[in-house]
This record gives sequence, C-alpha cells and structure tokens, in this order.
Amino acid sequence: MGAAIVVEKLSINYGPNKVIKSASFIVEKQDFVCIVGANGSGKSTLIKAILGLLKPSSGKVSFGDGVEQRSIGFLPQETKVDLNFPATVFEIVLSGTLGRLGSKAFYRKADKERALKSLKRLGISELRDESFSNLSGGQKQKVLLARALAATSELLILDEPSNNLDFRSRQSFYATLKALNKAGLTIIMITHDLDVEDLIGNKILSIKEAKVNCFTTSEYLRRYK
Amino acid sequence: MNSLFEMFSYAFMQRALAAGVLISICAALVGVSLVLRKNSMIGDGLSHVAFGAFAVATVCSFAPIWFALPVVVAVSFFILRLSGNKRVNGDAVIALLSASSLAIGVMAISLFKGVNIDLNSYLFGSVLSISWSDVCLSLVLTVAIVSLYIFAHNRIFAITFDPDFAKAIGIKTNFYDAIFAITCSLVVVLGMKLLGALLISSLIIFPTLIAMQFSKSFGRVVIWAVLVSVINYLLGLVVSYLANSPTGATVVIVNLVVLISSYLFRRITAK
Repeated sequence: MGAAIVVEKLSINYGPNKVIKSASFIVEKQDFVCIVGANGSGKSTLIKAILGLLKPSSGKVSFGDGVEQRSIGFLPQETKVDLNFPATVFEIVLSGTLGRLGSKAFYRKADKERALKSLKRLGISELRDESFSNLSGGQKQKVLLARALAATSELLILDEPSNNLDFRSRQSFYATLKALNKAGLTIIMITHDLDVEDLIGNKILSIKEAKVNCFTTSEYLRRYK
Repeated sequence: MNSLFEMFSYAFMQRALAAGVLISICAALVGVSLVLRKNSMIGDGLSHVAFGAFAVATVCSFAPIWFALPVVVAVSFFILRLSGNKRVNGDAVIALLSASSLAIGVMAISLFKGVNIDLNSYLFGSVLSISWSDVCLSLVLTVAIVSLYIFAHNRIFAITFDPDFAKAIGIKTNFYDAIFAITCSLVVVLGMKLLGALLISSLIIFPTLIAMQFSKSFGRVVIWAVLVSVINYLLGLVVSYLANSPTGATVVIVNLVVLISSYLFRRITAK
C-alpha cells in the first residue's frame, strides 16, 4: 500500500511547554487512524503540524506518493466555523477545490463537477442551494465533510467531527467515514468515541504527557478498555 | 425635482456625491469581510486612530491624509496581529487605542489654539471638505478594491468562512490579512473627511448587516451590501440637503431605519 504520512522525531513546544515530544509514526495509505488523548494533550496541535498550520520545533512530516499537503481534506472542529454564516452549501463545498486552482482566479467546470460529485457521494445533492445556516447539525457536518472531500482524493483529517452531533447523526456520520475509508481514502480523526468499536479505524494514536504511542485498535482496546 | 437639480448644481455637492458613492462601494466590500469575521470593531478603532493622526498632522502642518494613512495602516497591522494572539484581549486593545487616539487628537488641537481646526468636521465629517483630489483617490481605491473582490472573491470567501481550512489548502491567509488591513485603513482615512471619525465605521458595518437580512449566499450578500450602501448614502445625502441636517448623521440614520425595517420585514415574512 505504501506510506501516506511519515512523521519523524516531531517535537512541538509552546514557549517552555513541550506539547509533543519526539513523535515518530507512519500512517499507511487506506489506514483509518483515531487520535485519542485527554483535553489539552496536544491532539489538535499534532494535526496542525501535519497540515502545515504550525511549524514544529524539530523533526519533520513527509508525505507519500500522490499525497500533497495542500490537497489534504480537512474538517475542523465545528466550533471554529460560524454556523450562521451566510453561504449556500454549494459555495462552501466548492471552496474545497481552491487548493487545486493554483494561481487561477475563477473556478473551472471541473472544479464545479468535483464539488457536485462530493455532494452526491455523501447523498446530500438536494441540499446544494440550501443556506448553510438553515441546516441541522448533522447536515452541516456532512457539508463540511463534502468540502473536505472536494479538496482531496487521498487523505482526510478530521478534528473531533462528532462533537455536538446527536447519537443517530453520529452513527450515520461514522458509517459514512467507514464507507469512504473502504473506498480508498486514508483518514486521520481526533475522537473521544472509542465506544463505537465497530465503526472506528484500524489504528489508534494515543497522546499522553506529550508522548505519542501508536497501537492497532484491537491492541489498544485490549489494554485500556 | 427642481431641488435635486439645484442640489447637484453646486460643485461641493457633486464632489460629495462622487466621493460618497465610491467610498460607499469600498466600505461595503471591506465591511463584508470584517463583519463576517467578527472584526467589526476594528473599523471603529481605526477611525479613532485616524482622528488622532488627522489632528496631529494639521497641528504640525503635514498633509492630513498622507500622514494619517501610514499611521492607520501600521495600527491596523498591529490590531490584526493581536487578534490572532489568544493570550491578548483584542477588544480591550482596540478600546484602548480608540480612547488614546481620541485623547491625543483633542489634546493636540487644544494645545495649539492658534491653528484653525474645526473639530466637528473631523468628528462628524463635512461634505464641504471634499476636494476633487479626494474624489480621484477614492476612484483609484474603488478600482483596486472592486478588482480584488472580482479576482480573489473565491479566496476571500474561504478565508472569511474558515481561515484554518483556507490555510490548510494553501491559500496565503497572511497576505490576504495584510490586504484587508491596508484596504480597511484606506477606506477609513478617505471616508473620515466625509462622515467623520465617529460615523465612518457605520458605513462599513450597516450594509453587510442589512444585506444579511435579504440573502443567505455569500456572493449575494456582497452584491446587496454594495447596492444598499450606495442607495442609503444617496438617500442620506438628499435628505440632509433638503432637511438641512448634518450629512454623516443623516446617512447613519437612513442606514439604521433600513436595517430595522429589513429585520422586521424578514421576521414577519418568515412566519
């Protein structure tokens, strides 16, 4: 399969505080990796470093064949997005293709088709012209996932995507992720939902006291559940 | 009708019309990003800084616009940098800068009583103070900002909606933040002569708030904001001429009435 992401001796400091201490791990293509840890343990910091939003203090993050940093599909925490922002679903999903535009100013036909395909893939084509602010929590999350899908064909990174979702929406959302993973996407997700064992991924990255440990899911659950 | 013809037969009204329409377009465009990014108070803070800079420039016999521009641009960079720092209370810094700049301006004017300065025109604007060179500057600014919105509209949307995502997909968010800071400063400095330090921020904020009552798409909010801004300015200018009222305050009140009416209209029609 080959590596999607290789993290080598990555350390991240905030002032005198070491948030991540010399982390090394490999995410293989088509892995579904869950990042777990207590609040403030550095989960979001780690994915920010992978996304290039934050410069590590030392170490490096490199990408495998066919994976580029600017074409990672990223789904931020819901709280980071203004849920009453005046925008249509299509405007939001289309913006996912901006990383592919290069220096061009306007969207091409291919970008619009890609955005429509993302909507179709998640079964929300009928929401295309709806206002984002009028959608339910579960629908909003699917729209943001569609935007992330429009950005990538390889790698999705999700920051606590199930926060603020009710039980049914959460189950449905995880089922969608599982299907996307089966179809070939590599997924990295910060989550607290290890109780839905059959819906989560094959690997767990656990962060505790700035140390990152990598387990298979079954090994992790056997040790800690 | 005769009053309208008479009104625009005066050269100062022609200048106020031209500069006002151009600044209304710019303010509306800059305002969409500021309001939706919840940075509305930056416009207000910068206008107070501009007042201080105008007053100091006049007392020192510098050209007010050319002195105020770099000062306001520098302060807007400073505020924008602070707004990205979680350890600093950005609102408090803006409030401090506003009050301090106002105080410096008033102090400069009161210490140099020999200088003939109409404090009211700085605080509340004056259509009489608009020159043709102000109109030309406004035209250049409008062409620049409209071009930016046409050619970078998609990127501006992405940065306004979700800066983290925009940065992750390779958009140079720092570059666009710098452009926002510069354009916002230019709008405030040029608009201050027209509406004054205390009222110019309304021209930035009201149109977006009104446009959001009509439309739920970003593209349409931008277009509506520009239309509403220009129409409300024209209405305010005509009413102020006919009622012999201060232009800046009249434009703000027109905007306020339109905002309340559109909000009520939306609430009633939504039921």
